[in-house]
Amino acid sequence: MLRVSSPHTHIRRDTGQIMRLVLVATVPGLLALTLFFGWGSLFNVALACITAVLCEALVMKLRRRPVMFYLRDCTALVTGVLLGMALPPYCPWWLVVVGSMTAIILAKQLYGGMGFNPFNPAMVGYVVLLISFPVPITQWAAPAGVLADQVGFIEGMRQIWAGVPIDGYTAATPLDVLSQNTSVLMEDLYQTDPTLSTGLWAGAGWEWVNIGFLLGGLFLLYQRVFTWHAPVSMLVTLTIMAALFYDGGSSNSGGSPLLHLLSGATMLGAFFILTDPVTSAVSNRGRLVCGVLVGVLLYVMRHWSNYPDAIAFAVLLMNFAAPFIDYYTVPRTYGHKKSRSALDKGEQ
Amino acid sequence: MSETVDYGQISKNGLWSNNPALVQLLGLCPLLAVTGSVVNALGLGLATLVVVTSSNMAVSLIRKGVSDAVRLPAFVMIIAALTTCIELLMNAFTYELYSILGIFIPLIVTNCAILGRADAFASKNKLLPSTVDGLSMGMGFLLVLVAIGAIRELLGSGTLFANMHLLFGEGARGWTVTVFSNYQGFLVAILPPGAFLVAGFLIALKNVIDSGIERRQEARKTQPVKGSKRVRTTGAVS
Repeated sequence: MLRVSSPHTHIRRDTGQIMRLVLVATVPGLLALTLFFGWGSLFNVALACITAVLCEALVMKLRRRPVMFYLRDCTALVTGVLLGMALPPYCPWWLVVVGSMTAIILAKQLYGGMGFNPFNPAMVGYVVLLISFPVPITQWAAPAGVLADQVGFIEGMRQIWAGVPIDGYTAATPLDVLSQNTSVLMEDLYQTDPTLSTGLWAGAGWEWVNIGFLLGGLFLLYQRVFTWHAPVSMLVTLTIMAALFYDGGSSNSGGSPLLHLLSGATMLGAFFILTDPVTSAVSNRGRLVCGVLVGVLLYVMRHWSNYPDAIAFAVLLMNFAAPFIDYYTVPRTYGHKKSRSALDKGEQ
Repeated sequence: MSETVDYGQISKNGLWSNNPALVQLLGLCPLLAVTGSVVNALGLGLATLVVVTSSNMAVSLIRKGVSDAVRLPAFVMIIAALTTCIELLMNAFTYELYSILGIFIPLIVTNCAILGRADAFASKNKLLPSTVDGLSMGMGFLLVLVAIGAIRELLGSGTLFANMHLLFGEGARGWTVTVFSNYQGFLVAILPPGAFLVAGFLIALKNVIDSGIERRQEARKTQPVKGSKRVRTTGAVS
């Protein structure tokens, strides 16, 4: 037997294995998206992945790096999957392609590739699309059961590739409904809006999509791909904010905590975007701070800005602040009594 | 000061190798703020060209009469006076463009590319070289402005040379080239981030071209001489 001294821990996984676990964890959410909103999301994911991998290979070729080595770590695939799930089903093909190219070339490779990007690539791609093409990116398909029939294959393909519009397949998302109707009773809203009235807690489809992402996130947590600090602090903060500003009666007051937790991209953001190992804060205390601030920003932007959902903006702002947060939350090193901030000079 | 002045070198400096926008990265504020379309970029570029040339001339003329201690205030006063002239002229003749460019016309005073040329070149050189320097620096800045304006206009709204009548009168109304018809508009290109992105890509392009030229010169320099008498050595060479 080999006698070795401490440390006994060893690296269990490489980047590729972690990223493949993340891909597996997106399955429940993607499944729920497909079940409730049709095959459009699957198509988005496929197209975004193909574009992302091609762009990654192209840039690696240009930079004279080993192409297969970098493709095998699957980070481009994860970016493609996350972006594809964030985009509305049946959106035009060029939207997906432009977003994916922006994410990989602009947000990831121009900064130096995997591990060097200060911002989450998928979210940069999404925000560029959201700012540039506000109309097509806000057209979400109606969840199953709200409209009479689902979008068929032929008409979906015609809208994606040729821009032939499908008749009335969209519906306002629960967060849209909330931000557009400002002075009605919450109870009326839940009864009149088709999405909210057919759902159990937070609108048909959306609640199950979020529960799917929650399951995937818990799986990743169980696998110790990331720590609990960022997602839990973000979700707790969002709950507290929603509870503080909710009065149960008027829709002026913002939705209930349950509505905020189970609609929009809450769970996707908490477990798949915020926990990006490259762009988030690195210390546990830093992750807590980051999560709290994302939760506050998310609620503030959902409630008081013109955008119904704001995961991408909130996470990008905190990506921006992550080095700054890390600077003030240096963990206690072994042998020292208390943790010091990076500001302290003096004895090392 | 009897040495001959290399005007070619001065112009090349301004237009390419020491370009105020792409190499010195001076005057970024107008560069980023007004390059949403070709006509805006051209308007501000021309105004800057006139100011930098005339300020170089004026500074060169008075360079012996101004002591070192007060030279910067003196230069700034000259530039401010010239900018005011330009502002009044634009107000009189191209009023619509004047109101679009707004605060960025008076802000030409604070364009450090202009003060930089006055201090670094015009205050040390004679009238003619200073004029050439001002012209080429101004042209270099103008060309980059127009290039960024063209790229952003093309990406953002799918047209080129739209609204040129603001600068060239009614006859230029038909100059608009619609490159992509039925174009959705990549709005990010027109918004502020687009300016940073396009400027960054242009700087990268210039560096790529420069390194390509350098490599070619390097290759030309080290061309093997034919028929060299290299002795083949075996074993260790001490």
